[in-house]
Amino acid sequence: MSFVQLLIDATALGALLALVAMGIALVFGVMRLVNFAYGELITVGAYTLVLTKGWPIVLRVLAAFVVVIASSLLMEVIFRPLRRATAATMLVATFALSFLLQNMFLFIFGPQGETIEFLAPLNRAIEIGDLRIRWITIIAIALGAVLLGFMSWLLGKTSVGLQMRAAAADFTTARILGVRAGRVIMLAFVLSGFLAAAVTLVLAVQRPLATPNYGFVVLVPALVGVVVGGLGKLVPATLGGFAIGFATVVLGDLLPSGSRVFLNSVLFAIVIIVLLVRPDGLFTGRTGVAERV
Amino acid sequence: MRALRRWWPLVGPSLLVTAVALGGQFLPLSTQLQVRSVLVTTVIVVALYVFVGNSGVISFGQVSFVAVGAFAAGLAAAPADVKPTTFPKLIPFLAELEIGNIESLVLAAAVGGLFAFIVGIPLMRLSGLSAGIATFAVLIITNNVLRNWEAIGPGAKTLSLIPQTTFFIQATTGLLIVMAVAYVYQTSRYGRRLRATREDAAAAQSSGIDVHRERLWAFTLSGVLGGFAGGLLVHQLGSITTQQVFLDLAFITLAMLVVGGIGSLWGAVVGALMIAGLNAFLAEAQRGITIGSFDLELPGGTRLLTLGVVMLVVVLFKPTGLTGSRELTWPFSRSRFPQPASPSEPLGSSPGGGAGRSEVEGVDPSATEQ
Repeated sequence: MSFVQLLIDATALGALLALVAMGIALVFGVMRLVNFAYGELITVGAYTLVLTKGWPIVLRVLAAFVVVIASSLLMEVIFRPLRRATAATMLVATFALSFLLQNMFLFIFGPQGETIEFLAPLNRAIEIGDLRIRWITIIAIALGAVLLGFMSWLLGKTSVGLQMRAAAADFTTARILGVRAGRVIMLAFVLSGFLAAAVTLVLAVQRPLATPNYGFVVLVPALVGVVVGGLGKLVPATLGGFAIGFATVVLGDLLPSGSRVFLNSVLFAIVIIVLLVRPDGLFTGRTGVAERV
Repeated sequence: MRALRRWWPLVGPSLLVTAVALGGQFLPLSTQLQVRSVLVTTVIVVALYVFVGNSGVISFGQVSFVAVGAFAAGLAAAPADVKPTTFPKLIPFLAELEIGNIESLVLAAAVGGLFAFIVGIPLMRLSGLSAGIATFAVLIITNNVLRNWEAIGPGAKTLSLIPQTTFFIQATTGLLIVMAVAYVYQTSRYGRRLRATREDAAAAQSSGIDVHRERLWAFTLSGVLGGFAGGLLVHQLGSITTQQVFLDLAFITLAMLVVGGIGSLWGAVVGALMIAGLNAFLAEAQRGITIGSFDLELPGGTRLLTLGVVMLVVVLFKPTGLTGSRELTWPFSRSRFPQPASPSEPLGSSPGGGAGRSEVEGVDPSATEQ
């Protein structure tokens, strides 16, 4: 595989995981909640596409957005009792929801998986010189760039964005200064649901078989990326998600084929080293007080 | 009596566990299997509690010590005449080894503890979610290595033909030993120092407590107990794959601990017995059981759905767990607010002496601990 090809593939997975990471970080920012059930929003989207097979594309896309964002809002309601809970309780509650939803999908759809049949022609490649790039790779990178740009505009230039950033920086002070907590939290869940739906559409083309753990397998690396990048802030967390996706593809190519089965070991060993050296996150800058003993 | 009362937070849960184990003896043979599995799961949860409960640091990684213990005991105890054919790449030392039941349990505990100690030296510097993700990384690496490096692990194959020795006696004794170790540790000076860091790390540090060292002790002890639990598990199942001691087990045991109450031994035991017990009951109910004159047969899949609902509801509406993270209190106190020593008992009979002293003694030991 040529070097440029490798960079393009790595960027595509990085962009996708960056979107997932941002969805996780948005909610964490306002609620201090690491949502393990976030992956299930992606799975909900995938099954929505399965159930709307045969509809016009526009309606299927619309249905995916509506259902995923509604599910995200429903999660917000479920997690309301947790607003003052400890980190361990929150973690286990979101995990329990994830466990419940995965088993619900298993119960309804069975373990074999359902074909999604969504825009499959986008998997065809175009050839530029000796590069073979699939259309969906280009779309994934473009969509990632557009959505990240949109989010940074929303958070940086608008009033609601300012409120969200204030809430992420210091929730109590933000409330005292008149930021409406309930509304900001709800908005965070809407936006993270929106991102999950966008991720679903790209994934549905790349991985056309919906299974009960469809979203969970994407969530885990993104979550690791979020913590490695820096959980408390949006940009570092998003960069962390990008980094983990990028590193997975590059490492997979660098390792000799005999030891490629140990990719996860190498990747997670790097994660541990990064956490030890920069426990506050890789992209957070020198913030001073590290949470380390 | 006073000694019984002092040790009640250990004696009470031990009585419960013994009662469950003895009660299981009267059930049909297939159900006895489930009871043993519940007991072994409880061992894993108590091992997890020793670190997570006392330190307040979330760890997904304790199951890696269970896994390492399980495969150490399993590979060492499996018959030497079949190992070279089933696992041709196994290093000669492991392939020729064939040790007895107790030796393999000791080996499992030693390997688990050693692994935890080595991993803990760097990792115990981390707190909060960084620690959670780092221990998660340890679990991924452990599984990845055991699954792919066939010189020391079973690879993707099933490790079978392990002597099944974890019956009623071994499961119950194992659990009682692990609970006793957990309780002695948490009331020792080491346990109390660690609990101080859990409540306020900065204050504990400024009182001269070495947070890193105390966490490392607990992490290692939890590794020893986790390895031992893995040994019990492998001898209970008889055959095991690497996927059985991976993410699912890590999450479900952590959920059991939180459902019971993360900060107390009583919580660990109650959470594990309840969730694992419910799991076993539903598994039986899916196959069809008769309670009295009432036939119950649940459709497949209801087991995991019900478990998910129960865990979510408990965590959402009782965030400190079913036990409120408190130890079991002495049930025979005459009132909620204990009286000074009764007149018939001469004042000063206790070594500490004096009415004021006995008033303090009258307070439930677990209450002063909180």
